[in-house]
Parts: sequence; structure tokens; C-alpha cells
Amino acid sequence: MRVDSDTLVLGIETSCDETAAALVMGGTDVVSSVVSSQIDLHARFGGVVPEVAGRAHLEQITPVVREAIASAGVDPRRIDAVACTVGPGLIGALLVGVSAAKALALAWEVPFVGVNHLEAHLYSAFLEDDSLEFPLVVLLVSGGHTLLIEMSDHGQYRLLGGTIDDAAGEAFDKVARYLDLGYPGGPAIDRAATEGDPEAIRFPRAMSDGGLDFSFSGLKTAVVNHVRRHPDVDSRDVAASFQAAVVDVLVDKARRAATLVGATGIVLGGGVAANSALRRDLAAAGESDGRRVFLPGREMCTDNAAMIAAAGWHRLRDDGPSPLDLGAIPSMPILES
Amino acid sequence: MLILGIETATESVGVALGGRDGVLASVTIARGRRHGETLAPAVQFACRHAGVELGDLDAVAVDVGPGLFTGMRVGIATAKALAMALDIPVVPVTSLESLAESTRDHHGLVVPVVDARKGEVFWSMHRSDADGVTALGEPTIGSVDDLLAALGERGQHALCLGDGAYRHATALRDGADCVISGDRHPSADTLVVIGARRALREEWVTADLVAPLYLRRPDAEINWETREVRA
Ligand SMILES: [Zn+2]
Repeated sequence: MRVDSDTLVLGIETSCDETAAALVMGGTDVVSSVVSSQIDLHARFGGVVPEVAGRAHLEQITPVVREAIASAGVDPRRIDAVACTVGPGLIGALLVGVSAAKALALAWEVPFVGVNHLEAHLYSAFLEDDSLEFPLVVLLVSGGHTLLIEMSDHGQYRLLGGTIDDAAGEAFDKVARYLDLGYPGGPAIDRAATEGDPEAIRFPRAMSDGGLDFSFSGLKTAVVNHVRRHPDVDSRDVAASFQAAVVDVLVDKARRAATLVGATGIVLGGGVAANSALRRDLAAAGESDGRRVFLPGREMCTDNAAMIAAAGWHRLRDDGPSPLDLGAIPSMPILES
Repeated sequence: MLILGIETATESVGVALGGRDGVLASVTIARGRRHGETLAPAVQFACRHAGVELGDLDAVAVDVGPGLFTGMRVGIATAKALAMALDIPVVPVTSLESLAESTRDHHGLVVPVVDARKGEVFWSMHRSDADGVTALGEPTIGSVDDLLAALGERGQHALCLGDGAYRHATALRDGADCVISGDRHPSADTLVVIGARRALREEWVTADLVAPLYLRRPDAEINWETREVRA
């Protein structure tokens, strides 16, 4: 099949706690994007509960797909392919989207394309600007991942560094919970930090070894110890200082990775890509290094299906359709895609 | 009247196509727990070899449990998406109804019992006679002792079937007036039979309204509430 700027892909995403569907034309033009968040369902548990997520996805899947098609104002027969996240993610959640996507592809007699969720996150940065020159360095930061990846072409990845303990987003969640700032932690810390002093407390930056791996559990412990010793400390100062420490490490390592592989630019992706300090500092670093920085639109940072459709368009163009017996792959590594 | 039956509430995957005159094609993959991989190819295979296009379907009949969560989710998501894309309705059938229907030549009290693990079973009571199979109450979850008490209350000879009945066969035979006989698992063929009958009476729903019959809340919710009560 010909895959070009007229190819309309329906994307479906159900890997964690968002049920999402979107229509994207030609891999870059978002025609519609619908996200049904389950944050309220999981908030009281302080994290995503797999069984609760699986149930909610099954309830939401057809209304969300229907709305994505209706709000695009297109005839479903115009859809050329159905792309869906096959991993990584929660098995019971992934299976809802994968099953629905295959059924739609069968009913409409169009190809089904399995998409790697992590790869899709970086395509969300290209949705607004796809004038790419490889190699690129990708900094992927979310609740489940902190990864530095070399992208030498579409679909060509090499892992440069990862977290040895907590993911960055996980550290945000844990510190937010400790400071009683709410759930999810990323936006809560970001909000509190705008009113705090990022230089109030000098938290450790775990990057002494010069490698490209990350470690955030020591920082989390330092926050807890500081608050114990200073019970009257302003939690906004703690949030701002903690955030500054995380952002410093992320930006520094991304820069070093870019120098190492001679990257023309740095691509930011994942839920933590919405963090305002990270966006600001990474953009500033790019400017002073003369390197391009691709930032996804804020609404494209959290899980959505437009990025799935965009990645699906590239996969379809480069590798063709996926077999219908492709299952969900809960621990799918990005390098496999 | 052409019905697609989807049975994934057990470890197997079952797909059947047919209508009032019987089953045209039936595929079962009993090599367990690969619902996500095998269901869509099985649907495609059944259609191709029955000489049927998905566009010819009048309704989808799907097992909505109780049963294995992972499998049910695959089957129900598939049924919903097919129905939405083809603009046809869904006939939701419980695994208990389906098991009861499979004994329609037997006359008397029929009690399908599905293993719920954690020492519990799902069951329901049905009367089977010349007019067909009629439900006598709602699906229930409880211990085997609860089921024995319910059977004792009925005070009738019962035919018990389903994997729960076989798993707890000794306790059931010792504690109640019953025989254990018939299918262990519901089949896609039975879904086609029930689906065709209900579709004639338009006893169906739109895709969005199809929901699994869980009968049990997520563990996290139960634990959370227990903690709230203690706190
Ligand atoms: Zn994500």
C-alpha cells in the first residue's frame, strides 16, 4: 500500500491510564485527538491500579474511538489504517486497545499496525516540526521511564542511558505525595515550584560518574531527610529545589549524550516533557550549544493517540502492516521497534 | 440472520458463525491463554472458510463472563469494536446462561458453576423443560458452602456443570442432591444459538453498553475500603 501525505491513520492508546483515539493525516497533521483520562479513578490509590485501569478502558474504548471519528468529521471508510500501542504498558490495559484496533482493522478491511509507546512519545515532538536531521538524541522521561536514546534514522535506536532506580516521573510522584501536594506528582510539583525558590536548598545532583545513566532515589531520600530536619520548611521551596535538581541532571546528561553522538538536535518526550523548568532549561541549553531542541506541545506530552497514529504512519511506511496475531508486549523495549 | 459468537471467558478462544439453522463454522484454540494473539486471526479464518464477509453479520454474541478477566476483555473489546465499525448490535450472554443452554435436552434443575478461584464459585439456577431453559435467579458469587446451602433451599435434584462443578465435585456430591455432568466450559457454538434466538426478538444492546459481569470488585478497591474502615 502507498503511504503518503494523504494516508489517514486512526491511532489508539490504552497502555496505562488514558483511553485515547486520534486521526492523523500523513503522519503529522492531527485531524482529531480525544483523550479520556482515568486520573480521578486512580487518585485515591496514589497510583495506577491495573485492574481498575483495565475495567475503565473497556468502558471507554468505543465511545472514545467514535468521538475521534465524529469530531474529525470524516467517513470511517476514509480511514486507511489502524495503529495501536502494543507495549510497553499494563497487560490488561494494552489488550483492550489491541483487541479493538484489530477488530476495527478487520471490519474496515485496512491494515493493523502495532506501535511501541515509547517510540510514539518521541513522534509527538515531530508532530509540530518534522524537518529532521539525524542523528538525534531523545530524552524520554515519564512515570515509568527515564531514557537517553540515539536515533540515527526513523526506527533506528540505540540506548545510551537509563535509570538505575526510580524513573523521573516516579520521583515526582513520590516527592509530591511526601509533601502532600497531590496526584499526579509532575504537575503538582511544577505548580508549587513556580512559587518557590529553586536555590533555597541545594539537593545533590547524581551525575558524578560521568556516565549517561540516571539515579533519583538518593535525591528522593535527601528531600525526605531535609524535611525531617526542617519541619517548618516551605514545601514550595522544597518542590522548586527538588525540581531544579532533577532538571539539572536531565539537561546535563542530554547535552553530554548529544555531544557524544554528534547529534544535530535533542528530542524531548514523555509525560515529564510537560514540566516547565525542563522545557525552559533544555531550550536554553540548545540555544547556547547551537543545537535544535524538539519540544512536544504540552497536550501531546501526556499519553495521547495522535502520537500513536504518527508513529504508526512511519511504521506502516517503513515496515508495512503488523500481523493480526501480534499480541500485547507489556515490557517491550524501544530498541525492538 | 447471521451471528458471530465470541467465547473468550475461559482459557480457550472460540469463534463460531451461524444463525437459526445452525453453525456454519466453528474454531476453537484450546492451547491456553493467548486470547490477544489468536482471537482476531480466528475470526478472519472462520469468515474466510465459511464464505462470509464481516459486513454480512447481523449481530455479535459475546460471553460477558463471569470468567477469566484477561480473556473476557479481549473478547468484549473485539465484539464492541466490530459492532461499532459494522454498525450492528451485540447480544451479551453470561457464561452461566451459555452453560445452562448447553444442557437443553436434560429436563429439570440445571446449575452452572464457574470457578471463581480464591475458594469461591459463580453460579446461577435454571429450569430446563420442553420450552427451553429459563433462569430462576441472578448470577451469584460465594463459597462452595453457600452454593450447597442454596441447593438445599431449592430441595430439588440438580444437574451441575461447568469447571467449578468439576473442581468441587466431591463437596457438591456429598453435600447436595446432584449429578455433575455436561460441559466444563461454555462454547462459541452455543453463543450463536442464543444470539440468533435473541436477535430475532431484538434482545440486544449497542456496543457502548456491553460490559463484563464481574460480580467482584477490584482487590485494590476492597483493600482500600477495608483500610478506610480501620483508620
Ligand atoms: Zn507514555
